[in-house]
Amino acid sequence: MKPCAHNGHSEAEIQALQGHSKAIRREITVMASRVKSAHIGGNFSVTDLLVGLYFSFLKIDPKNPTSVDRDRLIFSKGHCAAGLYATLAERGFAPKAVLADYFADGKLLTGHPTKGCLPGVETSTGSLGHGLPVGAGLAYAAKKDGRTYRSVVVMSDGECDEGSVWEAALFAHHNKLDNLIAVIDYNKLQGFGRTEEVASLEPFTDKWRAFGWGVTEIDGHNFCEIVNALASLPIAKGKPSVVIAHTVKGKGVSFMENTLDWHYKFPQGEELTKALQELA
Amino acid sequence: MRTAFIQALSDAAVKDKRIFLLTGDLGYGVLEPFQKSFPDQYLNCGVAEQNMVGIAAGLALAGKIPIVYSIATFATMRCYEQIRNDVCYQNLNVKIVGVGAGLTYSQYGATHNAMEDISIMRSLPNMTVIAPGDPKEVQAASYAMFKHHGPCYLRIAARGEPSIHTNIPKFEIGKGILVQDGKDIAFISTGHMLENVVKAAALLKEKGISTRIISMHTIKPLDRKLLQETMQRVPYLFTVEDHSIIGGLGSAVAEVVAETGYAGVFKRIAPQDAFQKVGGWLPYIRNANGLSVEAIADTVQLVRNAKKHT
Repeated sequence: MKPCAHNGHSEAEIQALQGHSKAIRREITVMASRVKSAHIGGNFSVTDLLVGLYFSFLKIDPKNPTSVDRDRLIFSKGHCAAGLYATLAERGFAPKAVLADYFADGKLLTGHPTKGCLPGVETSTGSLGHGLPVGAGLAYAAKKDGRTYRSVVVMSDGECDEGSVWEAALFAHHNKLDNLIAVIDYNKLQGFGRTEEVASLEPFTDKWRAFGWGVTEIDGHNFCEIVNALASLPIAKGKPSVVIAHTVKGKGVSFMENTLDWHYKFPQGEELTKALQELA
Repeated sequence: MRTAFIQALSDAAVKDKRIFLLTGDLGYGVLEPFQKSFPDQYLNCGVAEQNMVGIAAGLALAGKIPIVYSIATFATMRCYEQIRNDVCYQNLNVKIVGVGAGLTYSQYGATHNAMEDISIMRSLPNMTVIAPGDPKEVQAASYAMFKHHGPCYLRIAARGEPSIHTNIPKFEIGKGILVQDGKDIAFISTGHMLENVVKAAALLKEKGISTRIISMHTIKPLDRKLLQETMQRVPYLFTVEDHSIIGGLGSAVAEVVAETGYAGVFKRIAPQDAFQKVGGWLPYIRNANGLSVEAIADTVQLVRNAKKHT
C-alpha cells in the first residue's frame, strides 16, 4: 500500500493501523469460534472502519472515557458487538482479558452491546435503525450547548432498509448537523442475500445527496482512503456527512469473503486454524 | 388538561434550562406560547416519531430533560421500540406526553383512540406511567414528573376537562389520591374518568350507596398499599378507565386482587377488546362503552344486585 503522504500519514502509521485490524480480526475469530456466535462476516467488513475511527479520528481518551467533550461513537450495527469490544480493548479502554466475557454467564458482554458494558460503549444497540436518530440527538445537543464533540454513527447497509434512518437523515439536514457523521459499512450482503436483491439501495449516494448530506465514497479496507476521508470531515459546512465505505463481507479470510453463509457461520476446527493463519 | 400541562412545563422551563420540548408536529394552537417563550428549549421534529424518540434519547444522553409530545397513539405506538430500547433500556430521563387519552378523540376514529397505551407502557422496565384525574392533578403530576429521574409516560386528555379537585392536591408518584371516603363500594379511577366517577358516585348516593373514590393517577408503580387498605374496608371494588379492558388499570389492579385475595367483588369497567366501529362525540361513545355517568352507576347496581341474588 502506498503511504498517504498528502495528509501526513507515514507508511509506518498505515502499517500500524493494519496491524490493529489484524489483531482485532483475530480476536473476533476466536470469540466467534469459542461461543459459536454469528455475524463474523459483518464484523470483518467493519473492522478497518472501526480501526480508522478509533485510532486516527475520534477525540477520545481511554483514561477518561466519559469526558464531556469526547467524540461519541454510536455503534448502530450492534450485531457486530464482538468487533466493537475487540476494538475498544485494542484501543485500551479495557484489558483484552475482558473479551472472555463475551456471551459468558453473568457477564456484561452480550451479543449486542449495552451502554456502559465496557468503557466507551456509548449506547445500547442491537435493533437496526436506532443509531442515527440517537446520534442526531447528541449532535443537536452539542450544537445547542456550544460543544465541539462530533457524533459518529456506524451503520450497516441492510440497516438502511429501516425508515427511521431516513427520518433521521431528513432531521439532520434540516438542522444543519455538520457535527454528525454516518459511516456505512456497505458490504452489499444482508440477512437473506445481496442488498440489491433484498431491497435495492442504489443509487445509494444519490439518495443521501438528495437528503442534503455531504457524501463521500471510499474503499473501506484501504487505510489511506479511510484516514483521508475522515480527516476531511465535515464534507460540507452546515451539512451532515456520510462516508459510504465499500467493503467486503468476511474481509481478511479468503473463504469467508463475499459469502452470505458467513453472516451466520462460526469457524470451527480446520476453518478456525486456516482463518487464524490467514490473519497472522 | 393540556393547558395545565403546558403551564407546568413553562414554569419548569424557566427554572430548569435542561427541559426541552419535542413535538411530532402536533400541538397547533397550544404549543406556540411555549415556542415563543423558550425558542432554545423547543423543537418540532416533524411527523417522524421514531426519530423523535431517538433524538430525545440523544438529548438525554447529553444531559437534557426531553419531553416528547404527540397524540397518545403516535407518541407510544409508532415509536414503541425506540421507547423500549433507546429510552427504557438505557434508563434515560425522557418524558413521553400523550394527549388525547383513550376515547378523547372519539369522533376522529379508531386510529386516534389510545386504547392500548397504558398496557404497553406499563410493561416496559424502568417506565413510570401517570394518568392524572383532572387539570389540577395534571399540574401536580407534571412537576413531579420533571423532578423524577427516569422514563415517564404522562397520559392526558385534551378537551377542556373540568377540575374535580378544588385545590392542587398533594401529589406523589405512586400514591393514589383518596378523593372521598365511603363504605359500600369503591371506585378506583384513572385519568380523566375521574369526572364521571365522581358524578356516578353522586347518583349512587341518592340510592343510599356510599362510595369511596380513589384517583389512581399512577398506574405504575401501582399504590398497592392504598388498594389493599380499600379491599379490607369496602365489599365492592370497581376500576374505571378509558382504556382497553386488557392491560390497563383494571388489569394492574386485578393482579393485586388475585395475588392478595379479596373477599369482596371486583369488577373492571372499561371499553371491551374491540376497535370502535362507529364514530361520534365523546358522550355518545362513552355511553356506548359503558363509561357514561349513568352507565357506570348502572354497572354498580347490576353487580350489587347479582351478588345479592347468589
